Amino acid sequence: MTVESTAARKPRRSSSSRRTSAAKAPQSSEPQLVQLLTPEGERVEHPDYSIDLSPEELRGLYRDMVLTRRFDSEATALQRQGELGLWASLLGQEAAQIGSGRALRDDDYVFPTYREHGVAWCRGVDPTNLLGLFRGVNHGGWDPASNNFHLYTLVIGSQTLHATGYAMGVAKDGGDSAVVAYFGDGATSQGDVGEAFTFAAVYNAPVVFFCQNNQWAISEPTARQTRVPLYQRAQGYGFPGVRVDGNDVLACLAVTKASLERARSGEGPTLVEAFTYRMGAHTTSDDPTKYRADEERAAWEARDPILRLRTYLEKQKFADEAFFTALEAESEALGKGVREAVRAMPDPEPMAMFDHVYADGSSLVDEERAEFIAYQASFVEEGN
Amino acid sequence: MAAEKMSIAKALNESLRHALDTDPKVLIMGEDVGKLGGVFRITDGLQKDFGEGRVIDTPLAESGIVGTAIGLALRGYRPVVEIQFDGFVFPAYDQIVTQLAKMRARSLGKIKLPVVVRIPYGGGIGAVEHHSESPESLFAHVSGLKVVSPSNAHDAYWMMQQALQSDDPVIFFEPKRRYWDKGEVDTETIPVPLHRAVTVREGSDLTLVAYGPMVKVCLEAAAAAEEEGRSVEVLDLRSMSPIDFDAIQASVEKTGRLVVVHEAPVFYGSGAEIAARITERSFYHLEAPVLRVGGYHVPYPPARLEDEYLPGLDRVLDAVDRSLAY
Ligand SMILES: Cc1ncc(C[n+]2csc(CCOP(=O)(O)OP(=O)(O)O)c2C)c(N)n1
Repeated sequence: MTVESTAARKPRRSSSSRRTSAAKAPQSSEPQLVQLLTPEGERVEHPDYSIDLSPEELRGLYRDMVLTRRFDSEATALQRQGELGLWASLLGQEAAQIGSGRALRDDDYVFPTYREHGVAWCRGVDPTNLLGLFRGVNHGGWDPASNNFHLYTLVIGSQTLHATGYAMGVAKDGGDSAVVAYFGDGATSQGDVGEAFTFAAVYNAPVVFFCQNNQWAISEPTARQTRVPLYQRAQGYGFPGVRVDGNDVLACLAVTKASLERARSGEGPTLVEAFTYRMGAHTTSDDPTKYRADEERAAWEARDPILRLRTYLEKQKFADEAFFTALEAESEALGKGVREAVRAMPDPEPMAMFDHVYADGSSLVDEERAEFIAYQASFVEEGN
Repeated sequence: MAAEKMSIAKALNESLRHALDTDPKVLIMGEDVGKLGGVFRITDGLQKDFGEGRVIDTPLAESGIVGTAIGLALRGYRPVVEIQFDGFVFPAYDQIVTQLAKMRARSLGKIKLPVVVRIPYGGGIGAVEHHSESPESLFAHVSGLKVVSPSNAHDAYWMMQQALQSDDPVIFFEPKRRYWDKGEVDTETIPVPLHRAVTVREGSDLTLVAYGPMVKVCLEAAAAAEEEGRSVEVLDLRSMSPIDFDAIQASVEKTGRLVVVHEAPVFYGSGAEIAARITERSFYHLEAPVLRVGGYHVPYPPARLEDEYLPGLDRVLDAVDRSLAY
């Protein structure tokens, strides 16, 4: 599949003719996107992206999405109870994350932002480890190398360059693994992301840029970041872009798989725009009523990624009542486990802040650590 | 007299409102500054009243925000840009340091760049990584930039007015954990010049110098020291570049002792500059070496450790004791 042929095979209807002011116009509400499962739970075919999953595999995707949502809602609740300082919910983005996450091979490498809890789940990262950052006990509680899942990145867009560099390294080493960089629609405005596209293109890096366009960057709609649909950006850099229904787990899986295959076979980067929606607030500190209408969320609820797969599973009789009941119990157990683990998570030892600052150590850090210890000890001596 | 009690956040909001109202060239730019009113609501209601052409929601791109503000300033506008959090100024650092700071000198004074860069900074609010940093000395080190930080509502109101009137770029650090602290704001009396330090408490035994979030801590420390019979003077520096060394010198020559307090790491921090210069200026008046209290040379720690990292009352008092023990 070449760049030209991809671009030629997927002509997009421009929606700009209806616009009076393109910069203000909202993104087309009916984007042309790859879809394999409709919001009504009907299976449809797409000429470029076919997928054939067994009932068991379909149930697996459903389970992943349900458990991820349960984990996420538990974390939101824990923030409300004061156990976490902040939480960035993925509510509504389960299909984009599970679909893309399940397309990965173990030897692929993921560079997430701060909302990729579903991808982390697919990578086998213990969900409670994701909470340390948000509780304020660490800056990321897992070893990236053990799951090929990098630390969360809070500076918007930075990780797209790391992913590209990592992919350049993979290509140099001659392996056939691939790299995925996750980011949001807002991130596409960052210079770093543009530079990542440039590097990935000119070095033909085996990287998939997976943009979850959840319509909002805190209070700013996607129209504040771009005049063209985001997937079209790729064309200007010389690699294909594709828009997929981000609430359709099958389409996300199929498109990511195909993009990874391109990367593996030396055809370079792809930009995947998963068109989805952030159903909750940006984070627990955000108040979306200040900037968006309730009706918008209601409209997207009808496209709920979990509901549509459930409808399909039920219609096809791929899952019975016993499956759903068992999953419900599993969800509850997961929630309970996470709750208990978080409450039991100890505060770090104050001295820990002096650890790991330099690989070779530092006389300055040693000196300050010693002062700190002496200072702390002075309280004990005074009996305070 | 138009004195009113308000929070620092409200004072900044009123100040920006006044500027938009009186100078049609003033623009506000940044991420989420419009409908949302910024994540700290400093620009709350301003877009509603002045329109999207004056209060501009920008794309999520800090280099773009500062770079286009430079262009707008070249065209005669006076942009006030908001960087959402301290840790996110670095994508714009290139534009600030290599362009904003230097254009005036390069053009032999022909170019004016009246750009104000507002940065909510510092810790103490239990935030996640990159949301609690104190990068002020990275900016103060760069000539061509003015770097200021108010510590109370009155100063927040007036220092913003003065920053907006300055034809030089001003990096305006807002102490975010003090946003909700209330104080009297007098919008009529002629203000203290922007770069003048202010004695916020008189004393005779030792001088504490601080700015922004640490002024409150130092005032508390001075009050606690008084109970132990010590008379501590507190200077609110207000401006980290330029620094009002005359005011510090005068105070030190009265008290004979100086402790500088800031949240940023001590190493290469503004305290180092103050200590060195005051030692040069007032060597024979000093009864003790100038001491510094501040952050450690480690990445800003996870929130649950920030109380250990940030200088609190005890650490300031400890330094006061050490200085007085010489
Ligand atoms: C460089 C930088 N600037 C600003 C921020 C503050 N911020 C955090 S999330 C966010 C919006 C991100 O939107 P998007 O990229 O669409 O991702 P989403 O959170 O919607 O998934 C902003 C402005 C940041 N984290 N990093």
